[in-house]
Amino acid sequence: MSDVLVDVKNLKQYFPVKTGFFKTLPLKAVDDVSFSIAPGETLGLVGESGCGKTTVGRSILHLYKPTGGEVFFEGEKVTADNIQMMRRKMQMVFQDPYSSLDPRMTVEDIIGEPLDVHKLCSSRSERRERILYLMETVGLNAEHARRYAHEFSGGQRQRIGIARALAAEPKFIVCDEPVSALDVSIQAQVINMFEDLQEKLGIAYLFIAHDLLVVHHISRRIAVMYLGKIVEMAEADEINAHPQHPYTVSLLSAVPIPDPDIARSRKRILLEGDVPSPLKMPSGCAFRTRCRYATEKCAESCPSLTDRGNGHFVACFNQ
Amino acid sequence: MAINMHEYLLDVQDLHTSFFTDSGEVQAVNGVSFHLDPGEILGIVGESGSGKSVTAYSIMRILADTGRIVGGKILYKGDDLASYSEKQMQRFRGKCCSIIFQDPMTSLNPVFTIGSQMREAVVLHTEKRGEEATARVIELLELVGINEPKKRIKQYPFELSGGMRQRVMIAMALACEPDILIADEPTTALDVTIQAQILELIQELQKKLGMAVILVTHDLGVIANMCDNVVVMYGGRICERGTAREIFYHPRHEYTKGLLRSIPNVNNMKTKLVPISGTPINMLCMPKGCAFCTRCDAAMKICLTEVPEELEINEEHRAACWMNVKEAFEEGGDSE
Ligand SMILES: Nc1ncnc2c1ncn2[C@@H]1O[C@H](COP(=O)(O)OP(=O)(O)OP(=O)(O)O)[C@@H](O)[C@H]1O
Ligand SMILES: Nc1ncnc2c1ncn2[C@@H]1O[C@H](COP(=O)(O)OP(=O)(O)OP(=O)(O)O)[C@@H](O)[C@H]1O
Ligand SMILES: [Mg+2]
Ligand SMILES: [Mg+2]
Repeated sequence: MSDVLVDVKNLKQYFPVKTGFFKTLPLKAVDDVSFSIAPGETLGLVGESGCGKTTVGRSILHLYKPTGGEVFFEGEKVTADNIQMMRRKMQMVFQDPYSSLDPRMTVEDIIGEPLDVHKLCSSRSERRERILYLMETVGLNAEHARRYAHEFSGGQRQRIGIARALAAEPKFIVCDEPVSALDVSIQAQVINMFEDLQEKLGIAYLFIAHDLLVVHHISRRIAVMYLGKIVEMAEADEINAHPQHPYTVSLLSAVPIPDPDIARSRKRILLEGDVPSPLKMPSGCAFRTRCRYATEKCAESCPSLTDRGNGHFVACFNQ
Repeated sequence: MAINMHEYLLDVQDLHTSFFTDSGEVQAVNGVSFHLDPGEILGIVGESGSGKSVTAYSIMRILADTGRIVGGKILYKGDDLASYSEKQMQRFRGKCCSIIFQDPMTSLNPVFTIGSQMREAVVLHTEKRGEEATARVIELLELVGINEPKKRIKQYPFELSGGMRQRVMIAMALACEPDILIADEPTTALDVTIQAQILELIQELQKKLGMAVILVTHDLGVIANMCDNVVVMYGGRICERGTAREIFYHPRHEYTKGLLRSIPNVNNMKTKLVPISGTPINMLCMPKGCAFCTRCDAAMKICLTEVPEELEINEEHRAACWMNVKEAFEEGGDSE
């Protein structure tokens, strides 16, 4: 058994976008992304809105057919043919707890669906027992099994989504902004739950979030994306202490620190201008239009992600 | 009371707002008082459902049909808003006080261009018409840092990014330079870089226009960055208030302490997070005493039966917790 559970190689996801009557342009939502995740590991994925985080998660699970590249799970290549089987072991918790659960289904049916799809229970009583066990695991009151999703608060709905993802005993879960909609205290509960489940069941996570403090807390390593590409990747503590890529530096400087004295003495490095349209990408390095170190070289070719030692990868000519 | 007492820009006194629903009266805001000076940034934090938005909506008088202000007073420059006619209120809403809502997508109309929606706001709240109104729209878009505003006014909301849409909302709220800007979770839906831009913008405008800001958010980082004074709400009441430094460094209410413990510690990421135990309160069956008593580790007998009054900790800090009363009493006892 190797120490790689999920291996993503040169993943590309282009969407055709109509720009005129007959013209279609490829929107490069994910462009040549590679990384791997070990069993029981958490990889954090951060970056500006629209940079392709959700798309990476969805492409790994073949919710979109990737335009290019390969994904290996436990050494086996994920294809359209075997994805149904694989999906038992690879699950996703979706960004929005309000719209991702069908409000007309009971909690029992929502959590039971993957059990039925993968035929994991031989009898009705076994199915019921498993559902109650799952509800208990995520801290939901088993008495509420017959209630409808819309009767729960945001934090509780998020737990329902997680119980559902856990139903088929996956080894890997893509968590797409699982705590963004929650209040800080409930956020802490849900994060603790993710960590406990990881300890107990050895699940690996791809953890996508806006809140960099939360990502730092839960992740062993963090990957930073900008316009469809990973620009930096390293151990969580390392990237926070020694960010290299100018985009990562500005991203970290923008994190609001919950401490008035630190917050007031700190200088935010605000980026000039807006993110370029993914349909009209600049030549060379996509970040150069907002980068204060950019040189001619940056316009000519795109820097590749290279190891700077200790597993710290950076894609920049200047840093 | 002295006649020449300090007149606040906005003075909310013992506000009570309820919703009358099929399952009974929901006392969403239950005796909230605070005031605001010109140019001040006041932060309101608190648990989801604690009445932050309802407080803001009560000031603007934009409550849902089932909601009603059932007690208290809201004074604007000394005028009681309850005495305002709906017409005067409409003037108040644009000229004196504006609100930015959490979700910029639902508050902009998808079928009209940015320009036409902004013009409507300008025409509604100012004397400007025609060319002059359009010029004002462009000026406002420039003010909030949108480049090429002449092009942007022809675009529809879906053609702009989340951060740009939120800036358009702010530009609209600023159409007639209000004295007070209420921002209800203005950056929750945005990523940190755009969030920083928007917050910087609000700060800059507050300085440039001398505007007061009420900033509602559950992000303690945002509060620490932006606010002079902070109000912490729990269960429809204010449980603690003070300067940002007092609240962050010397919290004196168990809910505030719990809230601060729940955030990841910047200096030690490996320690486990500490959420507040217990379940959020149910507004339909509130505890008789302190709203937080069922979740409070330090709860005493009195907490279950009596609502704690706010006690002054120092000039810059007040908290409504029986523990403080007990401590003050014991200290007093020792010295005598
Ligand atoms: N189904 C689709 N068809 C066309 N374009 C798409 C589709 N899904 C995503 N995109 C585009 O791909 C890019 C990346 O989107 P994605 O949702 O992955 O971003 P994200 O990083 O998850 O952003 P956020 O932080 O806002 O959730 C965006 O430009 C988006 O508009
Ligand atoms: N239209 C309504 N009908 C009945 N109850 C309502 C209505 N609007 C709000 N409430 C209740 O009033 C209470 C306060 O709600 P409010 O929206 O002010 O919370 P909040 O502090 O802004 O929370 P959040 O952080 O989640 O936005 C909640 O318990 C809510 O359920
Ligand atoms: Mg996303
Ligand atoms: Mg609210």
